[in-house]
Amino acid sequence: MSSDRRDFVLTAGKLLVLTAPAAAYLEAVETGKAEEPAYKMAEHYWGMIVDVDKCIGCGNCVRACKTENDVPVEPYFFRTWVERYHVAEGAEHPDVDSPDGGYSGFPEKYAAGDGAKSFFVPKLCNQCAHSPCTQVCPVGATFESPDGAVLVDKSYCLGCRYCVQACPYGCRFIDPRTKTVDKCNLCYHRITKGLTTACCESCPTGARQLVDLKDPKDPVHDFLRDHKIQVLKPQLATGAKVYYNGLDGSVR
Amino acid sequence: MNRFLKDKEHLVRMAALFAVGVVLFLILKAVLVPKGFGVYGHYRAGALADNRVRAPRFAGRSACIECHTDERDAWKGGKHAGVGCEACHGALAKHAEDPSASNAFKPDPKTICFTCHLTNAAKPRKFPQIDPKNHFDGGACNGCHSPHAPDKEPKK
Ligand code: HEC
Ligand code: HEC
Ligand code: HEC
Ligand code: HEC
Repeated sequence: MSSDRRDFVLTAGKLLVLTAPAAAYLEAVETGKAEEPAYKMAEHYWGMIVDVDKCIGCGNCVRACKTENDVPVEPYFFRTWVERYHVAEGAEHPDVDSPDGGYSGFPEKYAAGDGAKSFFVPKLCNQCAHSPCTQVCPVGATFESPDGAVLVDKSYCLGCRYCVQACPYGCRFIDPRTKTVDKCNLCYHRITKGLTTACCESCPTGARQLVDLKDPKDPVHDFLRDHKIQVLKPQLATGAKVYYNGLDGSVR
Repeated sequence: MNRFLKDKEHLVRMAALFAVGVVLFLILKAVLVPKGFGVYGHYRAGALADNRVRAPRFAGRSACIECHTDERDAWKGGKHAGVGCEACHGALAKHAEDPSASNAFKPDPKTICFTCHLTNAAKPRKFPQIDPKNHFDGGACNGCHSPHAPDKEPKK
């Protein structure tokens, strides 16, 4: 009699513990169906090529990005921006400026023929495969998607700013309207519909190109083979997937 | 045997307390962990769909040239063939969806060209740049160059 009760408690306890994985399994079955059939995540892996020698600093990408993604226009919030480098011959440190992130272009500020090397570098989230920013999120509100974009779950973000500090490239900001984090999501709403990103669409010179690393027909494979490619801050081993062609050593 | 079960009361109470704890934990977990968490990783699977719902504001050049065939024919063979329509005309997805409901923006041919062609030391040297002071000053650019198919040797 008494041992029966003990057995009951033990069995009931075991059953209770088992309900957790069972529930998780059921949930997985349910939500797995929610994926849009037209777009198959497993068939894509997104990245970008930035060809520094082609960038003319027109600012089209910065403006297009703000329009497409409703980024606040105040010049402190950017999902993408453009920097101007000015490196005097033999200089140890470059002069870098980015007036309004390049939103209104770059008014000429250096004297013509001063002998310095000068160029533009577009910047955006590097869509890292081992991103430091997603690792610090305490609630799982930012993550690397299976198709290679680093996304934010706005409905779940606490606005704690850990990820803003963790990103070594300064690609994140707190949206003053929602008090949640925002960043380049590689126009996830566009690329999953077969469009390119807003910045690539409006880039006049092809200095930035969205690439699908899982598509064997994507010209990216030839491009990566034929050019000397660099990512930003390779020493951090972030697995950055924005590949820069013609990147100068002065760029950090 | 009996000696061990003699004071079993407190064991049962502890087991019951433990069971209540487990149930409480499971209830809390069910309430607090959002649906779909952990399907693909340590995040809500629904967040992927949330990131997809936005409607695009740039239609893309392939949409424009479906209707504007005259501009397409001029543009395709010209020096601006690599420049998307919306690089000059701005985001026009609304117009592309329903042209009668939303007018398209027509850029000012006197100023739009400077976004790209104004001289700047940081621009790649091979990119065609002009200084308006030394380039047929005053004349609207489209008086000599067509915006859709500009020519280096424009017909006057
Ligand atoms: C569904 C067909 C369609 C698509 C797609 C379309 N347009 Fe149009 N567009 C029209 C029509 C029709 C008019 C003429 C409207 C009028 O005259 O009032 C027009 C007019 C225009 C005008 C002239 C506006 C003016 O004030 O004279 C511009 C510029 C233009 N479109 C640009 C674009 C661009 C850029 C795109 C691509 C984003 C685009 N259109 C996509 C049908 C289309
Ligand atoms: C380099 C910038 C530029 C690009 C690229 C460009 N346009 Fe234009 N487009 C202009 C300008 C400037 C005007 C206004 C011309 C004028 O007022 O005479 C214009 C006018 C038009 C008009 C109105 C024509 C009219 O007679 O009123 C249409 C339609 C149009 N563009 C469609 C397109 C389409 C389609 C594309 C892409 C294939 C395109 N444009 C690409 C600059 C551009
Ligand atoms: C969004 C950027 C952009 C705008 C705005 C723009 N262009 Fe261009 N333009 C280009 C690009 C890119 C090329 C191709 C350059 C190349 O081939 O290296 C080009 C080429 C040209 C060329 C040919 C130059 C050559 O050496 O062959 C002329 C002329 C020209 N544009 C005139 C204009 C005029 C006039 C306007 C204004 C109506 C204008 N452009 C607006 C980007 C732009
Ligand atoms: C009176 C006619 C005329 C007007 C107006 C005019 N251009 Fe030109 N443009 C020319 C001629 C001719 C050439 C080729 C010879 C040269 O490079 O000077 C040319 C060449 C160019 C080139 C190519 C330069 C290069 O180095 O390849 C660009 C870019 C250009 N024009 C842009 C513009 C812009 C922008 C405007 C408006 C501010 C404009 N043009 C107004 C006649 C004109």
